[in-house]
Amino acid sequence: MKKKMNGYLIAGLIITCILAGLTILGYFYTPYDPTAMSGAAKFQGPSMAHLFGTDNFGRDIFSRVLKGSGTTVFIASCTVLIGAVAGTAVGAVTGYFGGIVDDILMRMNDALTAFPSILLALVVISILGPGSELNVIIALGIVFIPSFARLTRTAFASIRDRNYIESARLMGAGSARILLIHMLPNTLSVLLPAITIGFNNAVLAEASMSFLGIGVTPPDASLGYMLSEAQGMFARAPWYALSTGLMIILLVFGVGLIGEGLQRLGKEAKY
Amino acid sequence: MLEIKDLHVKFHTRDREAVAGVTLTIHDGEILGLVGESGSGKTVTAMSVAGLLPRRQCDYRGEVLLDGQDLLHADRDFLRTVQGKKIGVVFQQPMNAMDPLIRVGEQVGEVLRIHTDMSPEERRRASLEAMDAVELDDPEAVYRKYPHELSGGMLQRAMIAAAIVIRPSLLLLDEPTTALDVTIQAQILELLKKLNAESGVSMMFISHNLNVVRKLCTHVAVMQRGLLVEEGSTADVFYHPQHEYTRHLIDAIPRRRKYQ
Amino acid sequence: MKSMLRRVLMLLATMLIVSFLTYAAFELISGDPAEAMLGTQATPARVEALRKELGLDAPFLVRYARWLLGFFSGNLGVSYSYKLPVAELIAPKLAVTLWMCLISFIIISVISLPLGVLSYQSAVGRFGWLHTTLNQFFMAVPPFFTGILISWGCGVILRFFTPGDFPDLHADPAGALRYLFFAAVCIAIPRVAMMLRMMRSTVISEMEKDYVQTAISRGNDRQGVLVGHVLKNSLVPAITMLGQTMAEIVAGGIVVEQVFGIPGLGRLLVASIANRDYPTVQAVVVILAFWVVFAGMAADLVNQCIDPRLRLGGES
Repeated sequence: MKKKMNGYLIAGLIITCILAGLTILGYFYTPYDPTAMSGAAKFQGPSMAHLFGTDNFGRDIFSRVLKGSGTTVFIASCTVLIGAVAGTAVGAVTGYFGGIVDDILMRMNDALTAFPSILLALVVISILGPGSELNVIIALGIVFIPSFARLTRTAFASIRDRNYIESARLMGAGSARILLIHMLPNTLSVLLPAITIGFNNAVLAEASMSFLGIGVTPPDASLGYMLSEAQGMFARAPWYALSTGLMIILLVFGVGLIGEGLQRLGKEAKY
Repeated sequence: MLEIKDLHVKFHTRDREAVAGVTLTIHDGEILGLVGESGSGKTVTAMSVAGLLPRRQCDYRGEVLLDGQDLLHADRDFLRTVQGKKIGVVFQQPMNAMDPLIRVGEQVGEVLRIHTDMSPEERRRASLEAMDAVELDDPEAVYRKYPHELSGGMLQRAMIAAAIVIRPSLLLLDEPTTALDVTIQAQILELLKKLNAESGVSMMFISHNLNVVRKLCTHVAVMQRGLLVEEGSTADVFYHPQHEYTRHLIDAIPRRRKYQ
Repeated sequence: MKSMLRRVLMLLATMLIVSFLTYAAFELISGDPAEAMLGTQATPARVEALRKELGLDAPFLVRYARWLLGFFSGNLGVSYSYKLPVAELIAPKLAVTLWMCLISFIIISVISLPLGVLSYQSAVGRFGWLHTTLNQFFMAVPPFFTGILISWGCGVILRFFTPGDFPDLHADPAGALRYLFFAAVCIAIPRVAMMLRMMRSTVISEMEKDYVQTAISRGNDRQGVLVGHVLKNSLVPAITMLGQTMAEIVAGGIVVEQVFGIPGLGRLLVASIANRDYPTVQAVVVILAFWVVFAGMAADLVNQCIDPRLRLGGES
């Protein structure tokens, strides 16, 4: 059994590492300038010169996918960071102290779940103004706070009254110390899989928003926006949509497998 | 009627055999009390009889003969014709052993639905009779209730009704009174005695409570670490315990006189 | 009956909070609608007059109450960019989007509920890893990507429908629903994967419960245990999840409408956001949120029919 469980983790890590490597590479080096147009090289199919072919402007799609995945991964990472840090802080404090603040925040949380995540992000982005990378990060970050808050709240509330926390308190440890040193590490088994799920949701949400044209807009390439470009030329350059779409799928798939592996490891550890 | 011959069971996840060679016999109409502390292998023995061993997760050998037919190695299809029909089982936690979403009456009659071709109306009547036999007040009302609406004692009576509704020849009772209040416990024991006297059904009664076993059982078998250390009629075992462990157990029974 | 009433009250409370949050958010940012409507060249006097006319001089809570009353009486305000009552703008699109969500919801339920229970056997078997891997893969498939593939494959090549040419829902309901079906499939794919994953872990945990032992001890065969007992017990969490899935369907729908060129609320919403047409955004957001809340409550009600313990309304 054990072998199989780590199998997800290993497969996920391999996929993710390869993609991460390519993405990081894309920051420093791409075979072609992703925005350089070339009248001679329009709509070329995949070849050794252009691994994923070229689009209607003769831009090299492989280079664009690398750059686009860089944008998408960057936004998703920032988003998860905001969501996880702020959400964990809110969840930790409310879960640890309980009381009225806890009640109110959780009621608001309940109401917020009525909004589909993209809808909420769209609301925030329409408030902040569409089209900027920073605003997309803020919008999605805000959207992901409640789910992290709910999760960590439950985790913190459940270990609040454990003996070792009690004894730490008796030994005079301050609340901050208890929360950070004694409790946080013990919620990691819940938090880590949640981060992978959050990352995936962020990738998909960013791609959706950019696809709709209210996320990242040109000249920055993002996988979602590239897909919406690719749709228009699917008949003549299907490789554009396919390579971009597969990049998104593999990104999410790889991290999803890691999450699955972590979850199973966590379950194993309990027994 | 039930013969267990040299039963061994070992779970893949454990080093030690859960049951390490048990040989037991229950004759018609007997009530055998299987006693031992938790982990002694008494429940695993009962599960082997009831066909509830997770076969893929353990190694097993020996024989479990019900009326001469082996159950331990029988295929699932044959086992199903015995389960419920010839062997009724009552579990420790009535609240969990009942399906929470199905009316109590239907669960009592489930065995009839599986093993007979009675019409729904006949099943209903038979179930109500069984519920009456286990002294449930107002069986009609209980029939329509859901498990969460009944007390633990009532549920356990209903579980017994479900086990006897088809008149099996053997009842397996896995700590059926442990989860209940002491007064309810006594009532259930009286009920089991009455059922045994009236219908002659054999019983295997599993318990860690010697006091309960003494009140109910005709025979006693004591288990320790997967082995049968003592077996005999209740009177013999209690007044002439042969094994050190049995004596310890008997000494551990609180005696009223000491404190009066 | 009492618990029903409580549910309805909860529903109303949630809707109230949802609408208030939305209203407050847009009030905060949208600035002065009068200025927005008249443009930057308007004189202060004209702006002031319009403010009076629109009732913008009243306190915030009064305006919210007015807006909410208006909402329920079908008066959703006037769109900045189309200069039309928002209600008129939304009405034809609402039906399209709701139908699409409904079809997607039906696809998800019809596939995942039976398959979740049936696939239990093979999922715990030797090829369990394959199930998990396939699940993770399909969960990663974004609806807009499938949308591109399907509108090309089923639309352009196979000609099941004409991408970009959405038939009128009233004039050609069959054609419109067929068109919506393909969009609904795109939304459903990752959701089905998610449901299956959840169903499977539910069935696995149900199989470990005591009542399953009881059922086996009574001579039930595998089918009898699975269909007679486990299925019903697994249904409650599955239906709760289905209710929550509506939020994801709506989210997917917003994007898929764009891919397929479906004139629904999603496209209106995106266009309105780009145009900063706040009354329209506000109305669409609240309607979609209500729809999601409503789906959640419907799931609750269905669960109360299945599980008698829920009928007490949480008194125990």
